[in-house]
Amino acid sequence: MNKKNYAIQVDDLTVAYDYKPVLWDIDLKIPEGVLMAIVGPNGAGKSTLIKAILGIIKPIAGSVKVFGKPYKKQVDKVAYVPQKGSVDWDFPTTALDVVMMGTYGSLGWIKRPGQKEKKAALEALEKVGMLSFQDRQISQLSGGQQQRIFLARALVQNAAIYLMDEPFQGVDATTEKAIINILKELKSDGKTLIVVHHDLQTVPEYFDWVTFLNVKGIASGPVKDIFNDDNLTKTYGINYKVAVNQ
Amino acid sequence: MSITEYFKLLFTDYTLGVISLGTAVLGAICGMLGSFAVLRKQSLLGDAISHASLPGIALAFLFTGTKDTNFLLIGALISGLVGTFWIKSIVRRTRLKTDTALGLILSLFFGLGMLLLTFIQKMPNANQAGLDKYLFGQAATLVASDVWVMTAITGVSLLVLLLFWKELKLLLFDADYTKTLGFNTRFLDILITSFIVLAIVLGLQTVGVVLMSAMLLAPAAAARQWTNSLSTMVVLAAIFGAFSGVFGTAISASQNNLSTGPVIVLVAVVVVLISFIFSPKRGLLFREIRFYRNRKELNLKKTLTFMYRIAQNHKDISHPHAIKILNNFHGFTRKSLNRLQEEQLIEIQGNQWALTPKGYEEAARINDKIGKKDE
Repeated sequence: MNKKNYAIQVDDLTVAYDYKPVLWDIDLKIPEGVLMAIVGPNGAGKSTLIKAILGIIKPIAGSVKVFGKPYKKQVDKVAYVPQKGSVDWDFPTTALDVVMMGTYGSLGWIKRPGQKEKKAALEALEKVGMLSFQDRQISQLSGGQQQRIFLARALVQNAAIYLMDEPFQGVDATTEKAIINILKELKSDGKTLIVVHHDLQTVPEYFDWVTFLNVKGIASGPVKDIFNDDNLTKTYGINYKVAVNQ
Repeated sequence: MSITEYFKLLFTDYTLGVISLGTAVLGAICGMLGSFAVLRKQSLLGDAISHASLPGIALAFLFTGTKDTNFLLIGALISGLVGTFWIKSIVRRTRLKTDTALGLILSLFFGLGMLLLTFIQKMPNANQAGLDKYLFGQAATLVASDVWVMTAITGVSLLVLLLFWKELKLLLFDADYTKTLGFNTRFLDILITSFIVLAIVLGLQTVGVVLMSAMLLAPAAAARQWTNSLSTMVVLAAIFGAFSGVFGTAISASQNNLSTGPVIVLVAVVVVLISFIFSPKRGLLFREIRFYRNRKELNLKKTLTFMYRIAQNHKDISHPHAIKILNNFHGFTRKSLNRLQEEQLIEIQGNQWALTPKGYEEAARINDKIGKKDE
């Protein structure tokens, strides 16, 4: 495969918060157009990997390339959906306002959002089924609704790559279905999606690409080739067996 | 002098006018910038900054030998900034949490400041008296030029807030996300923090090192209670701040021996208390009332659906039933039955009740809705 075909390429990435490394010498090549799950136990560095790719956390060593260039030069091509617990939902603002924030990047410094941006935000709200909640104060939203708002904010960015940190955490079955449908739609539009995921049972159903992570990179590739007991055991440390129907 | 006299004098007495304008402008800038400090959960940063500015005042006096306010406040500004960014770098580089770093720097700088003040007081120079006014502030020393400086700085900070409104709002809500969009969060942080330091330093002369942080927090905390919009919150905080300034000055001017700074702070705190109790959406009082009303409403609905289930077993929905059979159900009282009758949902005859068609419809609707969320 040609180097340019990788949406994201991570080389020798090492991250440490303290003395202990959180990520150790990660090499990762994510092809364009995949819907990829990052799986691994708690403390495996899944969120850290995403944050390091996005430049939120500075690595000790290694490099990250987005479509062959450093992230800083590609900010307009990447959208981030943080864990919903990472912000204070009592912040004085509305659902529509949060989704509008997705347009701030393309607006750049100082310029204010106008009608065009509002229209884009409303469209994104409609896509996640939250249009009727546009004026709702964000603290009045349920956990699933908050997650959808975050997703809508990323959709507005109209990026090529989406990085999502546990978008299914604490949402009910209906919301999970709605979210995965949107993700699959994005994939069919040729977008690349990287999702930190916890529910191993749904990996084969939702994703076509998977990365096993436990501080070190264990394996990365198509779900049908590498999602097996061997890699699960290597990642989770115990003799792991899941029924994988393929 | 009574308060009404004060307001008459406000427009005729030059000194009083200057002081009042000064405290109003100070309250406004503090409320405005305080909103950002509160929403960033950096409420205590203000306290650390104001304490950290004390050694700057003392050193400025030692180096220049003047008591000129502007020189002293530049000293305060420098040492306030040093303290602030020191705190931030401690948090970034060590494993200490923000509260610990704040406490450390606050006591270190304040200790140093006090040491220098006592040192200055022992100096054989009659000029030194009066530096300790920066501890609790002395509004009476405000002169027109001070107020001009305050107003100019308030104008500049308003301009900066308007210019970077979008970016600052984003930073407050979700700093990591701000970074991923390509904004320089470091710059934004330094920008807003510097203006907060500036506002605090401006208030040292009036309110003093010890109480200054209240000026920053109180109006913002009060404003948050009344609104769910950031822009309204900032405007309200500015108004609350200005009000506290003027009203505090009025009280202290009408009662001869009350010092202005503490009175202003107390007025601001009273505004906070009122807001916490009486604000319609977040206030304690209305929350209790809402609780009580909702509970009553819920009980009424419960009674109605209970009746609905009984009525369902009969061909005629308005078939009368004895009130007695409601006895093994705990949701009803005579009062709630009366209210149901008032709303024409049931009819009571003697000791019997019957659902009206309207009541039956309403009950069926409630019964269907239970279990369904508004998602």
